[in-house]
Amino acid sequence: MFNIFNLAFRNLRRYMRRTLLTSTLITLGVVAVLLFISIAGSFKNMMIGQVTDSMLGHMQVHKKGYMASMDSLPLDKNMKGKQLQKVTDELDQNSNIEAYSMRIKLGAMFSNYKETTNIRLNAVNPEQELKTVPMLAKRIIEGKKEGLIAKGEILVPELIAKGMKVKIGDSIVLVATNKDGSVNAQPFVVRGILEGISGPGGRDGVIHIHDAKSLLRINDNGVSEIAIRLKNIKTMESDFAGLKQNIGSLKNKMDKPVFEIHTWKKLSPFFNIARMIDLMTLFIKVMLVAIVLVSIMNVMIMAVYERINEIGTIAAIGTVPNKILSLFVVEGFLLGCFGTFIGVIISLVSIAAMNASKISFDFGRQKGLLLSPTIGATDVITISLIVIGISVLASLQPAWKAARMDPITALRHV
Amino acid sequence: MPVVEAKQLEKTYIAGDIAVKAIQNVSFTIESASFVSFVGPSGSGKSTLLNMIGCLDPPTKGSLQVVGKDITILTRKQAAIFRGEHIGFVFQDFNLIPVLTVFENIEYPLLMVQNWPKKRRTEQVNTLLKAVGMADQGHKFPSQISGGQKQRVAVARALVTNASLVLADEPTANLDRTTANHIIELMKNMRDEFGTSFIFSTHDPKIVNNAETIFTLEDGQLLKNGGGNHV
Repeated sequence: MFNIFNLAFRNLRRYMRRTLLTSTLITLGVVAVLLFISIAGSFKNMMIGQVTDSMLGHMQVHKKGYMASMDSLPLDKNMKGKQLQKVTDELDQNSNIEAYSMRIKLGAMFSNYKETTNIRLNAVNPEQELKTVPMLAKRIIEGKKEGLIAKGEILVPELIAKGMKVKIGDSIVLVATNKDGSVNAQPFVVRGILEGISGPGGRDGVIHIHDAKSLLRINDNGVSEIAIRLKNIKTMESDFAGLKQNIGSLKNKMDKPVFEIHTWKKLSPFFNIARMIDLMTLFIKVMLVAIVLVSIMNVMIMAVYERINEIGTIAAIGTVPNKILSLFVVEGFLLGCFGTFIGVIISLVSIAAMNASKISFDFGRQKGLLLSPTIGATDVITISLIVIGISVLASLQPAWKAARMDPITALRHV
Repeated sequence: MPVVEAKQLEKTYIAGDIAVKAIQNVSFTIESASFVSFVGPSGSGKSTLLNMIGCLDPPTKGSLQVVGKDITILTRKQAAIFRGEHIGFVFQDFNLIPVLTVFENIEYPLLMVQNWPKKRRTEQVNTLLKAVGMADQGHKFPSQISGGQKQRVAVARALVTNASLVLADEPTANLDRTTANHIIELMKNMRDEFGTSFIFSTHDPKIVNNAETIFTLEDGQLLKNGGGNHV
């Protein structure tokens, strides 16, 4: 086998023009696939980051049944008392959790003393919230970002601020109905205007959790949801499985689950977009790999055609068909390895160059987003193995043809 | 032991509905270390006969023993192995591999067919290069040497595996008269030095005279009752 590798390598070296042509095709294919994966991955990660780091967190815990009636922001499905304590104890003990934030979600009437509209609100503890969704402060497009929110203040969603013509420092009134049906009102000062983003909670205003409790006349420690931030989003599935096991399995006296826990994938419609990006990436990969396959097959068929006389000669002098087959397949394999190696080097250098040059771009209303393409070792290895495998596959048919060639016919070929 | 023994050999090609008899009822015997020529006009069946002796084309009928082996029953793979072990080929168009040097062309059968170790390969190739007078040309590519030199390299490649039999189909057809005579002389010398039987085909009467045994073919049949005309 070593002799076949040796001879195949020598053939590739001597048929330099053909080798360079085929390798270039393979290299271009590998570069295109790897750069596409890294850039598409960068966009996807950026969008996931927007969703998780400025709004949802990586996971959320609710009382069982809350998600099903989330649109009506039910206050009777808050977690409280011992139930809540069990959850926070579990979260405190889990070393994979970076932070968590307890929220009360409520609906209210928003009045600027002239007009009234309805508003959805997130009542948060600013310290917990900033640790859990650190990019939330960046969504404050007007007003003070530091500290997020203080008692008596409100961050008004952009659309409501425009519609109701409120500015920073204006006084407004929130009117809310508590779970017992009584109505209460409370004045607030507009601290900032909050940029709206797509997805659940993306157009909610923000108030301090103490204000929500006084507005809703809640005397206990009840909260609507707990948003969780993990230390590493890559371990989310295993962390989720662990938390689901520990928190999701807690049962009430009627032996029914008390809590439900979901990852951002379940909570945000963006997950479907992310899946579409993945699907698109897969299609592009398949297309590029198909191009590589057809290119190599074409070049190898031409190579066999050009070398018919040579094949006839080596067959006549006693080279068995299997060795002829192996020779051409090994040539395809070496071409694949060479083209892939160069392609990987070029791709990694290009990715490093893109990161070093800090390319920024605008996406919708978001300005100066930094393109930070990355590629995982798994992707590089997978693509390399696929392309090398495809190179071998593409060589098989021409190699088979060469091996099956009748020596007399081949020798007569001009 | 005869190196080739053919009895009642026939080869028929089917072209559409027509059966063409390329070889008909041919019997002959060639002893080892012979220098034999098959002569005859184009289309007389010389190449077909050589192809059959070289296990490249099986006969339609008859028996054919080469180096004591019935080659009519060999499979494609067995035939390739047999060729690699016992038969060398010299072609009219030299058929050297263009991207290999003279040395590598001669080395090829030892490397790919017989798997000789490198040191032994190198010694054998150098011996053959010297024997065919190409000792200082080993590094050159086929495109850098003359037709006569190419055929010398082809003879060396045919002999490098210590073949019992070398088949040369019109080996001088693409060479000028002087070079052709040199090649025939070289093959004769190689026969003397290595004890290899040489069978070649030609339709050039001036080259034929160099053969020690001549078989004349016409329309696929051997003249003179198939017997060799010893010169």
